[in-house]
Amino acid sequence: MHGSTTMRGYSRKIASNMTWMLSLGALLLVVIVVLDILITVVRQGAGGISLSLFTTQTTGIAGGLQNAILGTLDLIFFSTLFAGPVGIMGGIYLAVFAPDRIARTLRFVAEVLAGIPSIVIGYFGYTMMVQAFGWGFSVLAGSISLSILTLPYIVRTTEASIRQVPKSYYEGALALGLTPFSALRTVVMRPATPGIVTGLLLAISIGLGETAPLIYTAGWSNFNPTLHLTKNPIGYLTYVVWTYLNEPYSSAHRLAYTAALLLIILVVILHLLARFLQPRVKG
Amino acid sequence: MKRERFLSLIFRVTTGVMASSPFLILLFILIVLVRDAIPAIRYQGSSFFTGVTWNMGNMYANNPIVHNGVQAAPGASFGILPFIMGTLGSSLIALLIGVPFALMTAFALVYKVPKPIQRVLSPMVELLAGIPSVVYGLWGVESLSPFIEFKLGPLLTRLGHAVPFLAGPVGTGFGLLTSGLVLAVMIIPIITATTRDLLMQVPTLSLEGAHALGLTSFESVRFVAYPWVKRGIFGAIVLGLGRALGETMAVLMVSGDAANYLPYNLYSPISTMASTIAALLDSALTDFTGMSVHALAFIALTLLVITVITNLIARLLVSMGRQNVHVEM
Repeated sequence: MHGSTTMRGYSRKIASNMTWMLSLGALLLVVIVVLDILITVVRQGAGGISLSLFTTQTTGIAGGLQNAILGTLDLIFFSTLFAGPVGIMGGIYLAVFAPDRIARTLRFVAEVLAGIPSIVIGYFGYTMMVQAFGWGFSVLAGSISLSILTLPYIVRTTEASIRQVPKSYYEGALALGLTPFSALRTVVMRPATPGIVTGLLLAISIGLGETAPLIYTAGWSNFNPTLHLTKNPIGYLTYVVWTYLNEPYSSAHRLAYTAALLLIILVVILHLLARFLQPRVKG
Repeated sequence: MKRERFLSLIFRVTTGVMASSPFLILLFILIVLVRDAIPAIRYQGSSFFTGVTWNMGNMYANNPIVHNGVQAAPGASFGILPFIMGTLGSSLIALLIGVPFALMTAFALVYKVPKPIQRVLSPMVELLAGIPSVVYGLWGVESLSPFIEFKLGPLLTRLGHAVPFLAGPVGTGFGLLTSGLVLAVMIIPIITATTRDLLMQVPTLSLEGAHALGLTSFESVRFVAYPWVKRGIFGAIVLGLGRALGETMAVLMVSGDAANYLPYNLYSPISTMASTIAALLDSALTDFTGMSVHALAFIALTLLVITVITNLIARLLVSMGRQNVHVEM
């Protein structure tokens, strides 16, 4: 009798151990894939990093990436300028003012918007902004398309950071005689700020890596961005990764890998910055 | 005091308008897509979803043909069944491969890996989620597709006798399997990160209780921790599916661009709905009747509807579960 239970216990133990071995194997494979992605990009792209990369514009198959780097920064700047204030204010409303049901509905709508395939937003940007509004391929059309994509993230992270501030802070400030508006501004927004900035940084890193919404709104240009908001196409890094890989020239290939490496470096920097800010929200 | 009250009212209204902007944008996008898609709906009808041929028609013809009151180039036919199959097929592979890997990775990360290693690997998962999709495409072209063409593909074709879908030819390494695997790698971080966060919320007391009752360590995860977080995980899986269904660039780079035929084996070139819009909009603009663009708008509308439904399901699954379950997207 005892023998059979120990036998069963023994086989259960083996089953448990084997499943854990499988799980560790899965983890190992995921780590290998991450490393393979990083190694692939670094090995082929690191050789392309030089000063001239940042100082010369691309010639289509060779040259540097100055126009694409500046273009990406330009698009990110404007999309943050549009989505930042709108998203932060929207997040404040959801966290502070909105009645429960309205907040729940708007939160769902933001989730749906975040889930829309980016190429659908690209199509929308093309048909409305490029064509109907007559802006042509431009910074404005590209950055507004990007801001539609990042807006829901900013709304959500802002709301979440404000909700982490204990309600008693706000109530205490009211009890001390502060008006609701200044109570919000001083005791609620201040501790919530690092969280909101973290959200902005992650939104920027999302926008940085997008391609599909830009192909038909920003277009592409071999020249540096101009000061015109409309009618001037603009280059960006992800476009280089996508199209230069198909060119039959090794110089073009190297630019594609170097652009991918730059993108990864930027994403890592933004994630590190976000991580550095995060603990203070919780603390 | 009065002025202050007025200001705070203004502030409240402004933030309210800003908060409803996602709704207004979504509505605007929906209206534009419906408006653009209507001519294609009238021209093609339901055969849009069942047809296999995508043909913009004779671009050099002098006169457009008229059908149901809308104009198109002679011979134009817009059937998206191959794109639907490509989308569903690649997303199915992504789920079949990605979900077990994502869950097991999360289990190992939370329960088996020593804390210092966990502290290194955990951010790595998040970094994986932040990598631009074109970089995944680049990796797919450079590293994964040769692996499938020369290693995994030939290996799988040996099973072709038992499962005809696995039989060769393997082709160029660009196609259904490669797309599905790239998508799997892309959805793993979404599911792993959410599962990890959910597992961290499971009370230690319950796990210790399971241990005290004599459950093995994996049994206590399977029968105590997993039921606790099940709904949240389902929600995350559906969100991952949404990402896979709508992914454009990575698929575009490794799918091998198929049109006018259905996937014939696991390695067959495919196109997805999202990648088709990106690939064909350029040439569709040359259609003098504009019908090709309308047809692409119809695809975009279909994708939008699928997205809304997927999100509804995810939300339903999550809200049916525990109140404190939080799903990360």
